[in-house]
Amino acid sequence: MELTNREFWTLIHGMVIGTAFLLAFAGGLAGLWSLRSEFVTPAGLAERMRRLKIGIVAMAVATWATVITGTYIVYPWYREAVPTSAKSILLANPDTADWHEFGMEWKEHIAWISPMLATVAAFLVVYYGASLARNTKLRSIVLVVFVGAFATAAVAGLFGALITKAAAVK
Amino acid sequence: MVDTQTTTPASQGGAEPASGPAAAALLGAGIGAFVLGVFTTWAEASSGMKSWLQWNDSVGPLMGKTILGVIAFFASWALLGFLWKDKNPELRQILVAAAVLVAAGFVLTFPTFFQAFA
Repeated sequence: MELTNREFWTLIHGMVIGTAFLLAFAGGLAGLWSLRSEFVTPAGLAERMRRLKIGIVAMAVATWATVITGTYIVYPWYREAVPTSAKSILLANPDTADWHEFGMEWKEHIAWISPMLATVAAFLVVYYGASLARNTKLRSIVLVVFVGAFATAAVAGLFGALITKAAAVK
Repeated sequence: MVDTQTTTPASQGGAEPASGPAAAALLGAGIGAFVLGVFTTWAEASSGMKSWLQWNDSVGPLMGKTILGVIAFFASWALLGFLWKDKNPELRQILVAAAVLVAAGFVLTFPTFFQAFA
């Protein structure tokens, strides 16, 4: 039982960093949703902000790490101009060609919108800090941006998993 | 043009923080997503552009598209952040503008749309 170098990096890109991203998103969403001055004491707010900042910055870092490893490490193997590459295998069969022509083409582009949105959400939380508990409008904006970052990453992640099932990078 | 008022940031006087830095970040993300979308569709419509964006043979044109999108994101954020540092632009207008730009970025990076230009 062993992993090739390519399988190892595919695992890092999709599973390891992806899991960190999901955990950070879940924690960040819960923290942001309940970040209201009427729910917490000033001491509780300070403690919660520290955790929220760490979680949301971790999510932004995980998103950048995912797209960078995906684009610069895994993707070149996926698209190698050899008959055994995942892209060649998918395109060789009309029944699987759409996994590349639609799935991969969408995934490889939309994925890069996620780190931009995640970075903005992280910046807003770090910069505005505890004032978000009072500023309902800005907190709502952060939530929208944060969920947008997750939604775009989810599209990319879902297609990544399905494409790997159809033709894995080996 | 967005109406901007100058206020003292919280760090200097205890008031609510200015909305300018938030506006700059939001609009920066919109511009970054839009630029990514423009180059994605442009590369499909023009083989010359596709070749120009191929800064690395193993990554292909995706490298140029994404790096230019990321540069647009950080550069516009930095510029607007400098201009709006202590200003208070109306966030509703900024949010609408950013949402329109991000939505345009989604459309321009959607395969059914950009492959129509191939």
